[in-house]
Amino acid sequence: MTDKPKAAPPAAGGRANTKKELPEHFKAYKHVWVAVEIEHGQVHSVSFELLGEGRKLADKRGVELAAVLTGDDRATLDAAAAQAFEYGADVAYIVCHPTLAHYRNEVATTVMTDLVNTYKPEILLLGATNLGRDLAGSVATTLKTGLTADSTALEIDDDGSLAATRPTFGGSLLCTIFTLNFRPQMATVRPRVMAMPEAEPGRTGRIIEHPLELNEDDIVTKVLKFIADSESDTAQLPYADIVVAGGLGLQSEENFQLVKELAAVIGAEYGGSRPLVQKGWITADRQIGQTGKTIRPKLYIAAGISGAIQHRVGVEGADLVVAINTDPNAPIFEFAHLGIVADAVTLLPALTEAFSKRLRVNRLAG
Amino acid sequence: MHIVVCIKQVPDSAQIRVHPVTNTIMRQGVPTIINPYDLFALEEALRLRDAMGGEVTVLTMGPPTAADSLRKALAFGADRAVLLTDRYFAGSDTLATSYALSMALTKIASEFGKPEIIFTGKQTIDGDTAQVGPGIAKRLDYNQLTYISRIVETDVAKGEITVERRAEGGIQLLKTKMPALITMLEATNEMRRGAIETALKAARAEVVTWNAEAVGIEDLTKCGLRGSPTIVKRVFAPEARSEKAQLVEVDGDAGAKAEALIAEIFGRAPAVEDDMREFAATHH
Repeated sequence: MTDKPKAAPPAAGGRANTKKELPEHFKAYKHVWVAVEIEHGQVHSVSFELLGEGRKLADKRGVELAAVLTGDDRATLDAAAAQAFEYGADVAYIVCHPTLAHYRNEVATTVMTDLVNTYKPEILLLGATNLGRDLAGSVATTLKTGLTADSTALEIDDDGSLAATRPTFGGSLLCTIFTLNFRPQMATVRPRVMAMPEAEPGRTGRIIEHPLELNEDDIVTKVLKFIADSESDTAQLPYADIVVAGGLGLQSEENFQLVKELAAVIGAEYGGSRPLVQKGWITADRQIGQTGKTIRPKLYIAAGISGAIQHRVGVEGADLVVAINTDPNAPIFEFAHLGIVADAVTLLPALTEAFSKRLRVNRLAG
Repeated sequence: MHIVVCIKQVPDSAQIRVHPVTNTIMRQGVPTIINPYDLFALEEALRLRDAMGGEVTVLTMGPPTAADSLRKALAFGADRAVLLTDRYFAGSDTLATSYALSMALTKIASEFGKPEIIFTGKQTIDGDTAQVGPGIAKRLDYNQLTYISRIVETDVAKGEITVERRAEGGIQLLKTKMPALITMLEATNEMRRGAIETALKAARAEVVTWNAEAVGIEDLTKCGLRGSPTIVKRVFAPEARSEKAQLVEVDGDAGAKAEALIAEIFGRAPAVEDDMREFAATHH
């Protein structure tokens, strides 16, 4: 060991820097920003969800809401800006440059950090998509500021402190995280966690163009090809109106077929709880919950899912949650609207048959 | 080629319990595992080494007991293990963690050769942030490749690497220069079984152990709670909904139960019935 003197370590369980002492140079930081994600000419829905949430924060704080749009096609960016205004943005920062044709971390980080350093936002929100998470981590590290991943609730204090709540410890608890003394305060939010806001047709805002001095030759990473997913091989879970999911209560991979059969009859997407992914019964893109997909369907049927908090946070936005479980004390009955104490393995085929009969009869009658 | 894999020892989340009164995590007796996502990174690193030669170093930051996970990684076939441990790191958020790890990686580069590739898992199962990998890449100025589903080609002579990256709505085929930091997507490979001789060797292997001072950290305010811009102010259990589920109770067989449940569903959500009927009319 060394005899060099060291500062005393923080007290166990202590909290460093819990006092707000915002350095002078951060006091000029103002306004709420949303990084808008554009893929193949389309704005990702999560960006609208964030604009809805950002609008509330900006109103509470009495500041403007801005959308950040980057790409290589001006017409697409203008169309996206028009949409952003309708969803609540007052300002759109546009960076249009040939190097921004495809998302690349390097150039996207350069653009975002430059925008932040130039216009100084107080809050920066991004979608917790692969793109948003890739970018947010780089930007926060470059700016040496705080970033809260996968927030499920955002609040703002009177002094402008963002309180970002997220599940922690695999979703068994929630925690509220602040970035008191650094700016911007950054957070990501997963698709479908926030409700889709109402668009206000005809609402407009200001466009601020920002230049980018960069040549393609300066960028190390090249996109050689983009292989688009065929629609059939991607689960559309987050935006499905009806979802049926299974859990360990199904007891075997074969029995998971019963979930798929019901889904096929009622036009639902299917998914499952986290243990099923670990067992290899379903692929990760069909996992519902904190570490999987967040859903907001009109109807959610959970079969043989106990309802751990990790699962619960992924389905809280559903209009009607129906639980099937053999254990009347299963936590799923704490947050489901409708429940039935039954073995999913026998009830699922009965449901499939009954639904199928009803829907067929209705068709003939109609 | 020198490859470093950053791993994390995490509590087996399936076994975490929350104290019903104090709402704190009951850590006692919870077994720890290598973060499952990190195993895909480790396997990919071992495959690259086996194909191209070189060495795989595993690195973790954590309490002294995290050496257990490093030994497991050695048993799978890693060549060297480094543990970064110091009570000054306690309470680090992702920014402070990426700082400490980047210092350890710089020391690894000077002692054992500069890594051409640093691997991490796509995220951990306890923190779930996916922020430490990008943080390391930025701090060390490595080209960042997240959510990689396949390494297509590694050209050491040219210093180039081509990968497939899972993006929104498709796969990006990317080519970049090494050094690069790769976060590996899950289910991209299957972890090998370590050979028994390797496991025996691992049990006796030395784990290189460094503290903050050993990796050249002079400014301790960049570490631990003090080096973390984020502050956890409140940890709490979610509120229970005021009403519990309305239970459908029916005597009879599964068919009768199903009928009763469907009647309740359609009664509460008539729009869903319309959706289903429309779907049935067009799809059956």
